[in-house]
Amino acid sequence: MIHSLFLVNASGDIFLEKHWKSVVSRSVCDYFFEALERATEPENVPPVIPTPHHYLINVLRHRIYFVAVIQSEVPPLFVIEFLHRVVDTFQDYFGVCTEAAIKDNVVVVYELLEEMLDNGFPLATESNILKELIKPPTILRTVVNTITGSTNVGEQLPTGQLSVVPWRRTGVKYTNNEAYFDVIEEIDAIIDKSGSTITAEIQGVIDACVKLTGMPDLTLSFMNPRLLDDVSFHPCVRFKRWEAERILSFIPPDGNFRLLSYHVSSQNLVAIPVYVKHNISFREGSSQGRFELTLGPKQTMGKAVESVLVSSQLPRGVLNANLNPSQGTYTFDPVTKLLSWDVGKINPQKLPSLKGSMSLQAGASKPDENPTINIQFKIQQLAISGLKVNRLDMYGEKYKPFKGIKYMTKAGKFQVRT
Amino acid sequence: MLNHCFLCRNEDLKEMLESSKESLKLEAMKRIVGLIAKGKNASELFPAVVKNVASKNIELKKLVYVYLVRYAEEQQDLALLSISTFQRALKDPNQLIRASALRVLSSIRVPIIVPIMMLSIKEASTDLSPYVRKTAAHAIQKLYSLDPDQKEHLIEVIEKLLKDKSTLVAGSVVMAFEEVCPDRIDLIHKNYRKLCNLLVDVEEWGQVVIIHMLTRYARTQFVSPWREDAVFDENSEKAFYDSEEERRVDQSKPYIMDPDHRLLLRNTKPLLQSRNTAVVMAVSQLYWHLAPKHELSIITKSLVRLLRSHREVQYIVLQNIATMSIQRKGMFEPFMKSFYVRSTDATHIKTLKLEILTNLANEANISTILREFQTYVKSQDKAFAAATIQAIGRCATNISEVTDTCLNGLVLLLSNRDETVVAESVVVIKKLLQTQPSQHSDIIKHMAKLFDNITVSMARASILWLMGEYCEHVPKIAPDVLRKMAKTFTSEEDIVKLQTVNLAAKLYLTNSKQTKLLTQYILNLGKYDQSYDIRDRTRFIRQLIVPNEKSGALSKYARRILMAPKPAPVLQSAFKDRDRFQLGTLSHSLNSQANGYLELSDWPAVAPDQSVRIVEVVEPAGAPVFGKSKPGKSDEKFYSDSEEEEEEEEEGSSSEDSSTLACLSEENSDDSNKSSSSQSDSEKKKKTLKNKKLQQQKPDSKDSHDLALFLSQLHSFFLNQFLASSPVFVPETSRELLHRMTGKGLSAQYRFTRQPCIYGNSMVSLQLTLSNSSDQALENIHISEKSSTGRDIHRFNASERLEPQASVTVSMGVDFNDSTQAANFQLCTKEDEFSVSIQPAVGELLLPITMSEADFTKEQSKLVGMNESSATITMTPENVSSQSVNRKVVSVANLGVIPSSQENIHRFAGKTVSSGCLVLVSVALKDPDAVITINTENTVMASMLLRQFKTALTNSGP
Repeated sequence: MIHSLFLVNASGDIFLEKHWKSVVSRSVCDYFFEALERATEPENVPPVIPTPHHYLINVLRHRIYFVAVIQSEVPPLFVIEFLHRVVDTFQDYFGVCTEAAIKDNVVVVYELLEEMLDNGFPLATESNILKELIKPPTILRTVVNTITGSTNVGEQLPTGQLSVVPWRRTGVKYTNNEAYFDVIEEIDAIIDKSGSTITAEIQGVIDACVKLTGMPDLTLSFMNPRLLDDVSFHPCVRFKRWEAERILSFIPPDGNFRLLSYHVSSQNLVAIPVYVKHNISFREGSSQGRFELTLGPKQTMGKAVESVLVSSQLPRGVLNANLNPSQGTYTFDPVTKLLSWDVGKINPQKLPSLKGSMSLQAGASKPDENPTINIQFKIQQLAISGLKVNRLDMYGEKYKPFKGIKYMTKAGKFQVRT
Repeated sequence: MLNHCFLCRNEDLKEMLESSKESLKLEAMKRIVGLIAKGKNASELFPAVVKNVASKNIELKKLVYVYLVRYAEEQQDLALLSISTFQRALKDPNQLIRASALRVLSSIRVPIIVPIMMLSIKEASTDLSPYVRKTAAHAIQKLYSLDPDQKEHLIEVIEKLLKDKSTLVAGSVVMAFEEVCPDRIDLIHKNYRKLCNLLVDVEEWGQVVIIHMLTRYARTQFVSPWREDAVFDENSEKAFYDSEEERRVDQSKPYIMDPDHRLLLRNTKPLLQSRNTAVVMAVSQLYWHLAPKHELSIITKSLVRLLRSHREVQYIVLQNIATMSIQRKGMFEPFMKSFYVRSTDATHIKTLKLEILTNLANEANISTILREFQTYVKSQDKAFAAATIQAIGRCATNISEVTDTCLNGLVLLLSNRDETVVAESVVVIKKLLQTQPSQHSDIIKHMAKLFDNITVSMARASILWLMGEYCEHVPKIAPDVLRKMAKTFTSEEDIVKLQTVNLAAKLYLTNSKQTKLLTQYILNLGKYDQSYDIRDRTRFIRQLIVPNEKSGALSKYARRILMAPKPAPVLQSAFKDRDRFQLGTLSHSLNSQANGYLELSDWPAVAPDQSVRIVEVVEPAGAPVFGKSKPGKSDEKFYSDSEEEEEEEEEGSSSEDSSTLACLSEENSDDSNKSSSSQSDSEKKKKTLKNKKLQQQKPDSKDSHDLALFLSQLHSFFLNQFLASSPVFVPETSRELLHRMTGKGLSAQYRFTRQPCIYGNSMVSLQLTLSNSSDQALENIHISEKSSTGRDIHRFNASERLEPQASVTVSMGVDFNDSTQAANFQLCTKEDEFSVSIQPAVGELLLPITMSEADFTKEQSKLVGMNESSATITMTPENVSSQSVNRKVVSVANLGVIPSSQENIHRFAGKTVSSGCLVLVSVALKDPDAVITINTENTVMASMLLRQFKTALTNSGP
């Protein structure tokens, strides 16, 4: 299926290549570079590029293009999903997935890629299994290996590979047994000029960090499981039990994993926690424009809105912006025309605002569109959909684990049209 | 200089590799891998590296493997040195080492070792470790690409591996199947049900491959679930009302879905919840291509959910939704807002969303969509704004109510400052005007006024064409435009020049008084133009319109030629014809056939033989402990219930410490090995193995009991020497279970399928047809949990909703325990409960088996005395032929026909479903009498059977 993989950095250099079948010359990437040149933005490169003898499927993550070379028909999502899984694995192993990190760990990268694909078909992609095959590099281990000459390659076949719980390694031992669950919800919304909601939906995930000894069997139940009608699970979740009782029952993988993600669609009413008052105008014939922006909280269930960051792509005609924030700092990049304002926390008593003027190119006509405003924020201790975990129980092991649950709401793709 | 340096470093690496210190070697290999990763050539180190192939250090060894696979093709002779190491490793007790040896051996692309590879693959395919077998499946593809001549041998291995029951192997072997012999559909038949049932437990990548393969398979094996009169385009209301009558006609011959077809749909449905986007997409395309249209809606939500994923995933999913939304707007209309464009989306995502919104537009939502489009037109991304204008044009032609609104909106855009927007508007307006020009002469005038300010050539050409085409509507303005064009002709683009010539010609024909000179001037300019296209056109036009002696007959028709009414262009989606490709494929994404694309065949008009998928379940039926069926086990396990888990874990461990146990089982099943197919062998092996283990675990407690069980087990092996066979005859008649009057609209019919039941060995398989004759939908039809009279029943899955006049076929299993007593249970809907009962005919409690004539007589001689019952009857003359005797007997009872060497004796054999007792029937004809003899331990059954045979054979008629 996947013939070869090329890693291309932002400046268009191939810095790593790996082949699973016979070698494909790196000149095949010229077609990719052509597409890259044609694209106005890095994101605009089409994910699937046909060439006379091959097909190139690429994903862009962390400013690195992962370009897979395909020779014949294959579901494109299969390749895309796999490439993203590769990136996730690198991130898991090295903490970050940057060109430098990959170059520093090129041997581990190669060993990982070797295990993840055999003849172009995915072999082991489960992080728990890979970690048994190839131990992640840590400073301590590197030192020990240099002294003792031992290696970071496991000698045993990962036990998980053969069991019915392939995602969990065996022989897990901890002195402190703990299980943490984070319920994180992101709001995607489009707000129109007048402040009414055009569309809003919630994308939620439950991320878990489970460090429990042995083979624990967990159940997680919710106060209001009805909210979860559109979900996707980690393979560990017993689907039948969920169908019948609306209880999540699972033997967890060891370490960090995403237990479930859910989607509360635009057909439901979604609370919007912030509002924006704006007045952005350009006058015909004048080289000045007015810019006024005020943020305020609404529907936050009494919780504070934090880490607010406002950004906006101003029209090309804007030369500079001279603004005055009531709190926080703002920057304007005259080249990319990107305005960003780091607001911080919203104080409901004293609403943050950003006011001032923009100078336009002399003689240029008034821009006929207003910029959209993108907002990021965080609200701790709140799941905006109202989802609440009822209880977490553990079976199969004797000890008493420490349990914790955390809620958070964030802005996803939150846009205000002006 | 550089080269020199590189050589130096290589020398240094060579030294390190040849040193005696492991750590130095490892360091050297790491650096070499770094070189390979950068794409540098390190092939000259081959001799030094290959020496380390047998190193004890695992990491060093792995890195050498990496190197070897990369360069073996270039250094074939040297690569051969390493082969013996791998051959040795293939015999290693550690399965990890065996597997990795096979992996590397098969990855070395050296043609000379093809025979060795073939041999190793064959060996590995029977390895006890499923992990090694999985590796073998991967190796098949590698060998095939190295030497396609091995195809036939490889197909044999694939056939063997397809029978494998391990979830680990399933995905990989199907992948090999797809690559090597995708046309050998026949290999799938016997494994179809197993693959369906295993699917949820297979790893996610395997799931994708299997689902795609099964989609193709299903399209060749089942008949279409789409009614002929199905309302394809939901928009055409007419079809909706008209279909009422046709439907009634249809009702007489209801479509019954093949249970296997249903099995596939049912078992893939939970995978829509997978976290892997490729799996969700695969299931979605399976439903799109295989499911009845009314069940399609369940995929919508999952597809929309995928839109939150990475940009690249969005791209592919949106493409597929675009194709779907053309045919079925209703599916995605409720989710319209999920396709609204954000300013941060990539351009190709934006255009796809636009495409979908346009497809979804209808009378009801068009105003919302147009309001949304207004925002897009103002976008800073001008390419996107232009695409929006095209989309508005499409909405305007598709929905006649809004044509005028759209047109006015577009005219407003003509005063936009951005040139691309204006140009695109002109082009779209031109297309719209063509549909109804007469009412819009003021728009044409407006455009003529704008003409001076527009510089984009496509737009200018469009306006000129409009002027010419509708010059009668604007008689004053058109000549003036031509005058302006005559001035600037030489500096225009080719496309504008061509349209100018056109305009001139048309005006000459309609208004020659004013434009004769202008036209001649322009034609003269065109005559000496640089472009031959324009010179040609000019010459052609001149001959056509200016009458002279040579021009002859053609110029008479000039007006009719040039001013012919032209059909309006159809504005349609770029995704209109994409559904010729299977959804979710690369070919669909590119809209052109990719290498190795496998065409999805059309539904067959008549379903091929269904019985090919029947797997002979040869499980010991005699021992109640082992043979006991687990109701609800086989279907829909997302991941198995705990009970089963233990069992599978046991299996896993049994193969791991197989060294001790395998030999045990081999001894044990030696005698049974001879009996039947390898598949049933392994089944038995497992059972025996467990049995053994059981014994080992509790040696003192129930020793004697276990021994008895073991013996009965062995006994049943002997019984199973006689293979179960497929039924000779399956009656089509169904009996009533619930009348629609008593069932308040719900009626149910059942029939015996005479197939081995997939839910349990001791169960009789039944097919239930539920139909709704009321005028309301019935919900949640199921069999009550608390029902039944001690009969073990496998309930069918609750059917969530049955529309009025619809019917659905479900299959269930009942353990009648070899008695004709009725099974009573409660059939429930959401509101009501109905007590129903199924009374089986005695002949349905049997399963046919085959054996040789000699075996038959041998077994018959064992079952004499009390176990034999016989009767003499007088045959009606038309029943005497052997054909009719056979037919009569097999229609009464589900028996297999035993080939007979004597012409006047007919023999039939079967076994009871629950206890597996042999039932032997022979009919000896002695004109005009006949003697029926039945030999079986179950004497009650014998007497009942005898009575039925008597009536059947003495009655005339079919």
